[in-house]
Amino acid sequence: MAVREAEPLSSLQEVREAGLDREDLLGIYRNLLITRGIEERGHILYKQGKIPGSFYTGRGNEAAAVGVATAMGPNDVGTPLHRDMGVHVVRGTEPWRIFAQYMGREGGPTRGRDGNVHMALAELGLYTMVSHLPAMLPVATGMALAFKIRGDHRVAVGWFGEGAAARGDTHESMNLAGVRRLPIVFVCDNNQWAYSTPTYLSYPVEHIADRAAAYGFEGVVVDGTDVLAVYREAKRAIEKARAGGGPTLLECVTLRMEGHAVHDDAFYVPKELFERWSEHDPIERFRAWLYEHAALTETEEDEIVSGVKRLLNDALERAEESPLPDPATLEEGVFASPEDLDAPHHK
Amino acid sequence: MAELTYIQAISEGLRQEMRRDPRVFVLGEDVGVYGGAFKVTLGFQEEFGPWRVIDTPLSETAIVGGATGAALMGLRPVAEMQFADFVSCAWDHLVTVAAKQFFRARTPIPIVVRLPSGGGFSGGPFHSQNPESSFAHIPGLKIVCPATPADAKGLLATAIEDPNPVLFFEHKHLYRRIKAEVPEERYTIPFGQARTHRPGDDAVVVTWGAMVHTAAEAAERLAGEGYEVEVLDLRTLIPWDEERVLESVRRTSKVLVLHEDTRTGGFGAEIAATIAERAFEHLDAPIVRVAAPDTPVPFSPPLEKAFIPQVEDVVQALQELLAY
Repeated sequence: MAVREAEPLSSLQEVREAGLDREDLLGIYRNLLITRGIEERGHILYKQGKIPGSFYTGRGNEAAAVGVATAMGPNDVGTPLHRDMGVHVVRGTEPWRIFAQYMGREGGPTRGRDGNVHMALAELGLYTMVSHLPAMLPVATGMALAFKIRGDHRVAVGWFGEGAAARGDTHESMNLAGVRRLPIVFVCDNNQWAYSTPTYLSYPVEHIADRAAAYGFEGVVVDGTDVLAVYREAKRAIEKARAGGGPTLLECVTLRMEGHAVHDDAFYVPKELFERWSEHDPIERFRAWLYEHAALTETEEDEIVSGVKRLLNDALERAEESPLPDPATLEEGVFASPEDLDAPHHK
Repeated sequence: MAELTYIQAISEGLRQEMRRDPRVFVLGEDVGVYGGAFKVTLGFQEEFGPWRVIDTPLSETAIVGGATGAALMGLRPVAEMQFADFVSCAWDHLVTVAAKQFFRARTPIPIVVRLPSGGGFSGGPFHSQNPESSFAHIPGLKIVCPATPADAKGLLATAIEDPNPVLFFEHKHLYRRIKAEVPEERYTIPFGQARTHRPGDDAVVVTWGAMVHTAAEAAERLAGEGYEVEVLDLRTLIPWDEERVLESVRRTSKVLVLHEDTRTGGFGAEIAATIAERAFEHLDAPIVRVAAPDTPVPFSPPLEKAFIPQVEDVVQALQELLAY
């Protein structure tokens, strides 16, 4: 089973066949802008000293995250990571809660108990990552196992990076998922740099997706800056899993356009690489596509852009109004009580 | 009431929970066709089918991480580590993911990890350990160490019901060595309530797991010398019954803390520190700890005997304590 390299989507007709109408396309564009907007504003907040700790972004990965999340069904679940802000945006996390999370406020999904992108809302089918990558892959595999046991027509999406692909969690998850043909899609955000480590020091084959064959399922490589191609491949993989066809390893190739985190200027990444990849910025690329193939007008674009700006301005204001957590509550909530099991996602 | 061995009680308890609650399932290495390395789940696959008694690849990380994911989706996984020692391969998933998830994200992780632990049969360094205190140090995990068949069954039911990750340490040396009456109906035993295994007012031994029986034998011998030594079985380490321990200390004024795990940083140190903080003026003698020395668990019988606290060790320590 050789790895398949996905073709780009070119015409509006092909996009329609993949299940997206024009309204969906404008929605995708809006979600891409919100994703980048949240992280750009987060960066400013950080420079203003309003964000404690460090700050991570997924610049360059917006299309990969938005494309996959757009392909998920309403009852599907996922474990997005620190380059996958777009997943939170697509699933409906209100931006003010993300800013509140950044700033350690009560209104953030972890109420100041954890920081930066260590957040997810279970009511949206997303589950909170840990720093140890890719420790959420076994968890996503267990979610898929639960679906299989119960016969639910739901799919789990587990994210990991090409760096984390070196760890044993990746192997154990894919092996178990392959053996049991679980309804899961493993999405590799291959942004070519694991902190300062390049791909050739992380793995010795051409593609991470090449490994899928070793677990008995399909591996697909897609250009992670092409939101439509990512969407189509994710949709195929998710629906295949839902229909009982087992896992897929979907590798989205991008370049991490900033350092590992805000403190890192990425001096070790060759300048030419940044120059080359900035020519196919995922958002710019999709915008051009919309003008060429979907008759996007300037009026429409202005409306989307100003709507996003308003949304984020309001979100920032609301986040800053959110209180800091009360130190007196520190020791609460280490252990769950039986009534905490009544959350809908536990049913 | 039927007499059951410790392992039969665990098996019976688990079967009862699976009959009662369709969300409960077991996963682990060789738990299905083979019935588990110690046969706790023997016959389960026939009764509950291969998707509720899941044979996994040799993958402790995927077993515990997978249990966490299944719990998040509303199931009640009971994961088996073939030996408690192998839980080191799943450390991240207990400590990094399961223990911290509710505090961070308010998503409870109701999982039970069954851990056949303890030595006494030449299992060597990797099939004999008692790693409970390593996990007791991690906020967010509950630790259960039953000493009797009836407790094993009742505490297992409580563990499965609990909305948190629970580590259930089953002492392998007790599996077929002890037998006692166990109620046939389902029952639960609350966590954090110590049990008086043997009453006495001259001194108290605070312990758990297999050492409860070692302490009881030692107390029996001292009864011949005219001393009544209380044996207090903690049953659960997280949470642990501080008030009950302090009550015994105040009443007896002499306390020995006993565990099979190694001494330094063992949970006995936590108990001793708490007694020193909260009942110092009630003590008539320094707190005594009897524990394994700080070495890996050795293989050869004379070495292992020197490692695991023996009845004679406890008798001697108690004699010194009582004479103080």
